[in-house]
Amino acid sequence: MPTETNYKVPTMADMAAAGEEPEILFWVGCAGSFDDRYKRVTIAFVRILNHVGIKFAVLGTEESCTGDPARRAGNEFLFQMQAVSNIQVLNGYNVKKIVTACPHCFNTLKNEYPELGGTYEVIHHSQFLQSLINEGRIKVKDGQSFKGRKITFHDSCYLGRANKVYEAPRDVLEALDADLVEMKRVKANGLCCGAGGGQYFKEPESGKKDVNVERTEEALGTGADTIAVACPFCMTMMSDGVKNKNREDSVRVYDIAELIAQKEGL
Amino acid sequence: MEIVQQIVFVVALAATGWYITKRIQLISRAIRLGRSENRTDHADERLKTMLLVAFGQKKMFNNPLVGVMHFVIYAGFLIVNIEVLEIILDGVLGTHRLFAPFIAPVYPFLIGVFEILAVGVLTVCVVFLCRRFIVKVSRFQPERHREMTRWPRTDAAVILIAEILLMIAFLTWNASDSVLRDRGVGHYAALQGIVPDFLISQYLKPLFINFSDTALIGYERSAWWFHILGIMAFAVYVTYSKHLHIALGFPNVYFSDLKPKGEIQNMPEITKEVQLSLGLPVTTGTDSSQTDDNGQQPAEIGRFGAKDVQDLKWINLMNAYSCTECGRCTAACPANITGKKLSPRKIMMDTRDRLEEIQQGWKTNGYDYKDDKSLLNDYITAEELNACTTCQACVNACPININPLDIILQLRRYRVMEESQAPASWNAMFSNIENNMAPWKFSPSDRFNWADQVNEVK
Repeated sequence: MPTETNYKVPTMADMAAAGEEPEILFWVGCAGSFDDRYKRVTIAFVRILNHVGIKFAVLGTEESCTGDPARRAGNEFLFQMQAVSNIQVLNGYNVKKIVTACPHCFNTLKNEYPELGGTYEVIHHSQFLQSLINEGRIKVKDGQSFKGRKITFHDSCYLGRANKVYEAPRDVLEALDADLVEMKRVKANGLCCGAGGGQYFKEPESGKKDVNVERTEEALGTGADTIAVACPFCMTMMSDGVKNKNREDSVRVYDIAELIAQKEGL
Repeated sequence: MEIVQQIVFVVALAATGWYITKRIQLISRAIRLGRSENRTDHADERLKTMLLVAFGQKKMFNNPLVGVMHFVIYAGFLIVNIEVLEIILDGVLGTHRLFAPFIAPVYPFLIGVFEILAVGVLTVCVVFLCRRFIVKVSRFQPERHREMTRWPRTDAAVILIAEILLMIAFLTWNASDSVLRDRGVGHYAALQGIVPDFLISQYLKPLFINFSDTALIGYERSAWWFHILGIMAFAVYVTYSKHLHIALGFPNVYFSDLKPKGEIQNMPEITKEVQLSLGLPVTTGTDSSQTDDNGQQPAEIGRFGAKDVQDLKWINLMNAYSCTECGRCTAACPANITGKKLSPRKIMMDTRDRLEEIQQGWKTNGYDYKDDKSLLNDYITAEELNACTTCQACVNACPININPLDIILQLRRYRVMEESQAPASWNAMFSNIENNMAPWKFSPSDRFNWADQVNEVK
């Protein structure tokens, strides 16, 4: 494992103070900042950013919820309070380009902020990783071997259906040289993990089954030992699903950035 | 005798035309109950979408076999209507196969094409009846979907059986007509040497060889009248039925959303309040989607979100009238798949039922009539709304780009912003975002603590 332990996380405030502007802002998101499991994804992604030598920055404590769950739950007022405040901060730093590991932040920043005065080039970390691989800036090194391992990718609604990003995460997984196996309901027909639209923050309505269990069963049905996700909510839902099925010893849920970091030995 | 038939025909045609015009006016009035919104932008893209999705039926081919079968009915419907033009003119003018002498060389070819399509339509309608009632395709079953009981179930059967009967009438009419021509009975003899046997119906002629001339004329006339009156009745029936998609499907696709599916429509009336409360200059007022036909901002702000159909946009209401209740949305809905009460199809059917109820009120009490019911609560419950994950699978699944999610979100907005009726845990999430800048109860000052672990070896 790496001996290099000098990864840096510059903030926009630091950069502005030094009179510099980053190439790209990494929008961490609430889950990436606070959720113990997803913090590991944030760290993996930051290590990749350091590794390829991209001049990036984060907002640190100046970042705030995009308002996505509030808007989808019906609280438009709260959403716009968040959005307008965030746009103040982003425009204040003259941000042009944003990358985020959260499809919900991605969708909101990309599609919903422009009408409120915040227009940026927004990309999801799957697209960012894809371009790094295509440009040869991430070279497939020895790191961890994925040869012969079966990985299935779970499409996030707000990355896939919402924004038609289907190939980028798959291209990233292809680079691992693993065996990518698809579920029956994929891409435009992908089944939700059950967390969107504010569901993550409440108990499900009564029914026969939980959505994440339905989806996890489908993922397990592929025989994959790794379920790859690209969304913090999907991460939690699929991990809970695997636990529900008592398969946490044999099946792991990883974000695509973590898999690349493992492959790169970061 | 001829002239009596002509008079009856013209009266039937005029009555049908008058009645359908009335129906169109009523439905159009119902759709215009919705809030105005400009959907005439990006005409090129809209036209392209309509050609691809409505005319080309692109999304129906997600299941290729069903796509082909539906296309047969669709093409049959469009093309056989060319023959209806001749039938109508014959009816009005008292002629018999008016076009035949003028286009003699291609006439049998055209009728041949119509007959092939008629057999296609007939076959597919039988298959569709089997899928519904024998194979029991899940999305049509009342045991599984509570919105599919009674009228919707009957409606589907009526349409399929009516189409089968119309096609049988068309084919046997041609056959009996050919036999009368062969026998040289009365004016039928005039077609000798002009109209040969037709591609399919020639094989049905043996059915009629034992008929007397009188009986045969009786059958020919009955079949002709049944076919054309059937079409007129069907056209009226369609305006009451889920089958209205055959007309509204096209404009519905033309006016459908062009934005990414994940983008939820902004509420500019709230932006103003937000900007004022944050002490920022007010910038709204340029959003074309919220202006009325004259480009003016609406004078008064209605309620936030939607409680009833009047609060929805007109396109939502057109969506409801265009829905043919196929249930692809519901079959794709994660909430419905896992047994929750939410069914996107029911959202659309409820919206139309509510509009129909308002129309009934108009009929008895005049257009100003307001009852004390509403779409929310009387038709759609909070439990249904709260089950939605906003995954857009329903929007994606709809072959004619109906958007049930848009209605769900507007109803949610009303519940949350006007009635403060969000589930308790959502209220907690709201207050966390408001106070801690995250949906969880963490201190905002801890937001960057993760960076301390970036150099810890895992």
